[in-house]
Amino acid sequence: MSAIVLFLAVVAVIAGWWLSQQRLASKPWLETGVIDDARGASSLPPAKIGLGVFLAVVGSLFALFVSAYTMRMELVDWRSLPVPKLLWFNTAVLIVSSGALQWARAAVGRDDGEGVLIGLLAGGASALVFLIGQLLAWQQLDAAGYLPAANPANAFFYLITATHALHVVGGLVALGRTTVKAWRGAEPAQLRLGVELCTMYWHFLLLVWLVLLALLTGWADDFVAICRQLLT
Amino acid sequence: MVDVLSDTNTGITPAEVVDVELYHPKSWWTTYIFSQDAKVIAIQYALTAMAIGMVALVLSWLMRLQLGFPGTFSFIDPSQYLQFITMHGMIMVIYLLTALFLGGFGNYLIPLMVGARDMVFPYVNMLSYWIYLLAVVVLVATFFVPGGPTGAGWTLYPPQAILSGTPGGNEWGIILMLASLILFIIGFTMGGLNYVVTVLQARTRGMTLMRMPLTVWGIFTATVMALLAFPALFVAAVMMLLDRALGTSFFMPTLQEMGQLMKYGGGSPLLFQHLFWFFGHPEVYIVALPAFGIVSDLISTHARKNIFGYRMMVWAIVAIGALSFVVWAHHMYVSGMHPQFGFFFATTTLIIAIPTAIKVYNWVLTLWRGDIHLTVPMLFALAFIVTFVNGGLTGLFLGNVVVDVPLSDTMFVVAHFHMVMGVAPIMVVFGAIYHWYPKITGRMLNDGLGKFHFWVTFLGAYAVFFPMHYVGLQGMPRRYHDIGETSFIPASAHDLNAFISVAALIVGAAQLVFVFNLAWSLFKGKEAGGNPWGATTLEWQTPQTPPAHGNWGKELPIVYRWAYDYSVPGAPRDFVPQNEPPGGFAVQGARA
Ligand code: HEM
Ligand SMILES: [Cu+2]
Repeated sequence: MSAIVLFLAVVAVIAGWWLSQQRLASKPWLETGVIDDARGASSLPPAKIGLGVFLAVVGSLFALFVSAYTMRMELVDWRSLPVPKLLWFNTAVLIVSSGALQWARAAVGRDDGEGVLIGLLAGGASALVFLIGQLLAWQQLDAAGYLPAANPANAFFYLITATHALHVVGGLVALGRTTVKAWRGAEPAQLRLGVELCTMYWHFLLLVWLVLLALLTGWADDFVAICRQLLT
Repeated sequence: MVDVLSDTNTGITPAEVVDVELYHPKSWWTTYIFSQDAKVIAIQYALTAMAIGMVALVLSWLMRLQLGFPGTFSFIDPSQYLQFITMHGMIMVIYLLTALFLGGFGNYLIPLMVGARDMVFPYVNMLSYWIYLLAVVVLVATFFVPGGPTGAGWTLYPPQAILSGTPGGNEWGIILMLASLILFIIGFTMGGLNYVVTVLQARTRGMTLMRMPLTVWGIFTATVMALLAFPALFVAAVMMLLDRALGTSFFMPTLQEMGQLMKYGGGSPLLFQHLFWFFGHPEVYIVALPAFGIVSDLISTHARKNIFGYRMMVWAIVAIGALSFVVWAHHMYVSGMHPQFGFFFATTTLIIAIPTAIKVYNWVLTLWRGDIHLTVPMLFALAFIVTFVNGGLTGLFLGNVVVDVPLSDTMFVVAHFHMVMGVAPIMVVFGAIYHWYPKITGRMLNDGLGKFHFWVTFLGAYAVFFPMHYVGLQGMPRRYHDIGETSFIPASAHDLNAFISVAALIVGAAQLVFVFNLAWSLFKGKEAGGNPWGATTLEWQTPQTPPAHGNWGKELPIVYRWAYDYSVPGAPRDFVPQNEPPGGFAVQGARA
């Protein structure tokens, strides 16, 4: 369970830092009158904070998968499966997708409506390619006889990649809505929030994917071993 | 929409507050059924939770009938008994208490108490309820599918949970149970995002974190915990569902069933235990923290005294929330873990007792020399403190590895957790309903019926669970349909069991009085006025009672003080509402 504990420790540090800004040591019973850090709320739009909290939830979901994976990996009979080469291509596509959205976001800043639309479309299309690529990778594994039920490593591989892909699909729905708005000619300023949220989500999913990839390909084995030694 | 906050009394410059876009319902359907108003959603959550809670109550009757009078009720066979305890436990913990505290009280109280018009994402909030309802429907459906509901125990430990020897294990029961949990978690996450972001972003002017009532602190912290802990149950449920449905082996080791080698191999049942308790322990506090918060407010209001050590209370809530993520393995002492781990988790477990004890001291010190009004909410609040202390003490026993090992899986454990997380939070639920019902409906609950309900429930709960500790020490195991002739269990224990069962039936029946009271008072109850208890928090200062759509009329309230200005020397009344400016009077919601 070290991955999830580590993840929550990070969340706790962030929460602690935020709490430390909130005058938790004040003595509210002595202070009447309007206090003008007033709403205490930050000026960020609620949707952004909402997404941030949601990402913490999704993060803990994946951290739990990683935890479960590393715990199972310890047992002697673990046989990890060969990772299809295709995953590297998919990774590249996902990076492109994230880049395209970043570009769309920059275009919002430049007030460049066309640029926004192009960025969104490119981001969406490459995310779709990523999903198709993942499906093909599954097919290759399947054809090579690595069925989900054959071995725990296989089952974990399918489960983790599927969960990640589902999150991308969910993101595509939101991206689709923003894109339709952009298509119908909404002003860049009206699109700002939507584009920013999508970009944030995309970068997050990219990060999660890189971590998962490192784990599934065995890159992270040394790191996992170090963590384990630290804990025991 | 932009709200202009202005203040004529003190000449504070008006502040512009960007408010949430208020959704305006257009028809009867969108006002009462598919409503996006947090208050309506709260009532929907609460009614659904109470309805399914009644099912769990009836199940407890059936279990007690069997335990008290073994052999008399032939229609309860051993596998049904297991199904009953499983569904009873699961419903009580998740579908009743979690849903009621967070979905019910959270939805109703957060926007009102922090001075917001509604939750920040009303549409998502509405979805949250409907998905919860769907989860409940799926849960209820398990009673009617072939093979019946799962009998794996509320902990659903594999491998037994999906083996044919367990009721529902190789039929629909376990599949639907897991599906229902997955739905519940998705629904909860939607609601939870709302509760958290509303507290973070929608507080009205002047409502700093340290001016929030402890109720909001409790619900807020519990929601954050739930958002982070429920994914563990989610992961566990998904993996078990795959094991059951697709034949993967996440949790299933190589094993034989009825002499046949099964298709499974290589899974780790222990992995499930880690995941389950990583959720399961925080869950205890997800239920407890809102109860802590609410009870603080009940005590302060009904003892007309400021809460003792407010800062300490806030810190304790946050500390408990954080600590409860590093104690999960105390549920696994008997799983063969390394003794050093056992020691580590026993230590963290005992450390949690410190902030918890601080809270208890502060409640008691709040009561000390208070002007205690023994209203029904206050009675329930007092009962909570007593019961919680009681359950907490046996918890200290069980937190120690050496004491826990022999007591593990006995009725002592059942008595312990019913005290801390069964009876104690339920007391708060009742207290809170008696306290806020006047705001929700505009009428008071009947006092006589309320006192009757209180005394029967309180004394009855003790008649049920006190003797259960003793029966457990005698060695009576939990989750046994019938202990039969067991040499180490004296005959007197059987009489005690019969007594417990009779008490349980009476306690259950008393809840019908409560339900009757809820319905009757809705039409016949005494008019409550805006602020019948003379409380300081914002929800009692709304221009209308019940609060209208949008909560606050044209202008949002401005907060000038903390939530506990009771019996302030020199003040004209014995309470000063949070929105009363220094030296002035808030006109709205004066005590009726
Ligand atoms: C009238 C009130 C109640 C009575 C009479 C009652 C009775 C029982 C009984 C007889 C058992 C089974 C003992 C066994 O053989 O293992 C049980 C289990 C349980 N109860 Fe209750 N209960 C009540 C209320 C509650 C409440 C409010 C909660 C909420 C937390 C709760 C949570 C549980 C849990 C989690 C289990 C364990 C189920 C399992 O072993 O899987 N109960 N209860
Ligand atoms: Cu625990």
